[in-house]
Amino acid sequence: MLKVEHLYKEYNENVKVLFDVNFTFEDGKTYAIIGSSGGGKSTFIRCLNMLEVPTSGTIELDGVKVNDPKTNLEDIRAKMGMVFQNFNLFEHMNALDNVTFALRKVKKMSKEDADMKGKELLEQVGLGHRFDAYPHQMSGGEKQRCAIARALAMDPEVLLFDEPTSALDPEMTSEVLKVLQSLSHQGLTMIVVTHEMNFAKEVADEVIYMDKGNIVEHSPAKEFFEHPKTKRAQEFLANMI
Amino acid sequence: MNFDVSIIEKYGPLILSGLPMVLFISAVSAVFGFLIGLLAVFLRGRNKVLKTIVNGYIDLIRGTPVYVQLIFFYLGLPGLFPGFNPPEVLSCIIVFSINSGAYLSEILRAGVEGIDRGQIEAAKALGVSKSDIARHIIFPLALRNVLPAVMNEFITLTKETSIVSVIGVADMMYRYNNVSASTYSTFEPLLVIFIAYYILNVILSQIGRFIERKLSYA
Repeated sequence: MLKVEHLYKEYNENVKVLFDVNFTFEDGKTYAIIGSSGGGKSTFIRCLNMLEVPTSGTIELDGVKVNDPKTNLEDIRAKMGMVFQNFNLFEHMNALDNVTFALRKVKKMSKEDADMKGKELLEQVGLGHRFDAYPHQMSGGEKQRCAIARALAMDPEVLLFDEPTSALDPEMTSEVLKVLQSLSHQGLTMIVVTHEMNFAKEVADEVIYMDKGNIVEHSPAKEFFEHPKTKRAQEFLANMI
Repeated sequence: MNFDVSIIEKYGPLILSGLPMVLFISAVSAVFGFLIGLLAVFLRGRNKVLKTIVNGYIDLIRGTPVYVQLIFFYLGLPGLFPGFNPPEVLSCIIVFSINSGAYLSEILRAGVEGIDRGQIEAAKALGVSKSDIARHIIFPLALRNVLPAVMNEFITLTKETSIVSVIGVADMMYRYNNVSASTYSTFEPLLVIFIAYYILNVILSQIGRFIERKLSYA
């Protein structure tokens, strides 16, 4: 369970990005975070694994406070995978090494074991023929699928997706979304910041609508799209069509 | 025109016998210079005091000629500390290492600053430790960014070692002094040195291009 309480993030007096965000992510569910740009979605998800340090508030993963200087952040991060908008694959490593890097360095796995696991994961995301490809040789969709395999390699409890398809064209978007769909409801908690409303509608259990640094509304996906409760969410959805 | 090819035939090998010294001082100084450069980048990022010290070192080295640095180290310091009498070749290696270390640290720093932060974030998000990120992500990416500049610094270093004869180290210029003193010829022995340095640096830049190609994958 990932619990967020009174989360604030401000860069200075004038730039308040998150304003008292409270939410509890339940294990195994898929969440879609939607909302207009600048609403704090990305900052929120980046606070969850401390890529952004919150100004105040608490984040707890299974009862362990994430944003506590005494917590071993590396252990926490190993349990929370992240997939980025721009893939962020290690340019100097091929697909397999990208996936196995953390297995070898963090989990101290032998190269043979790591390679075996890495190959399995790459096959799972449809890259069974691309083990040796370097990032610059891959298409955007392939890069993102490789990045997903890399995040999965650590057997995370929570997987964070920060606009995973925003840098992709429609065809590649659908191949990445298919992978996301296949991962959901496999016991993994998925938190996906996205602009893909169909994905939110069809795959997510719950939709979180953020605006101006706060969660305005959250409800089961179907309910959210059919009967948005707040005026802001209604307007947002009306603009999407 | 006064060109005597027999001088080249007779004294060429003697002059070229200074080449191993050039290679030795350059290669050893390049290795230590690179390590000093890395250390300087690392220390600079630690805290403000270290940053000030490292910046002072870089400014001092860049603000003075290497010729003066060498004589200062070899003759100046023993003037201050009479017991300090460093051997010639070692003095050269120390001075050139410290000198190229300053330039290389600036080059490497630019390489680190040019890295796409996203890849570092990705490693962090996987729970990779700071030291593993530095070694396996930051270092290779930074080096790849600035490899041409690093190779250029090595070439510059090799050329700058041509001043070591000033403290009596037997490189090619030292041999030239011997040869021209006994034959009164200047052009022929210098031509040999000219060509030797040129070929050496052509080879070095070819090696640099080869490594660049290996690292670029493109």
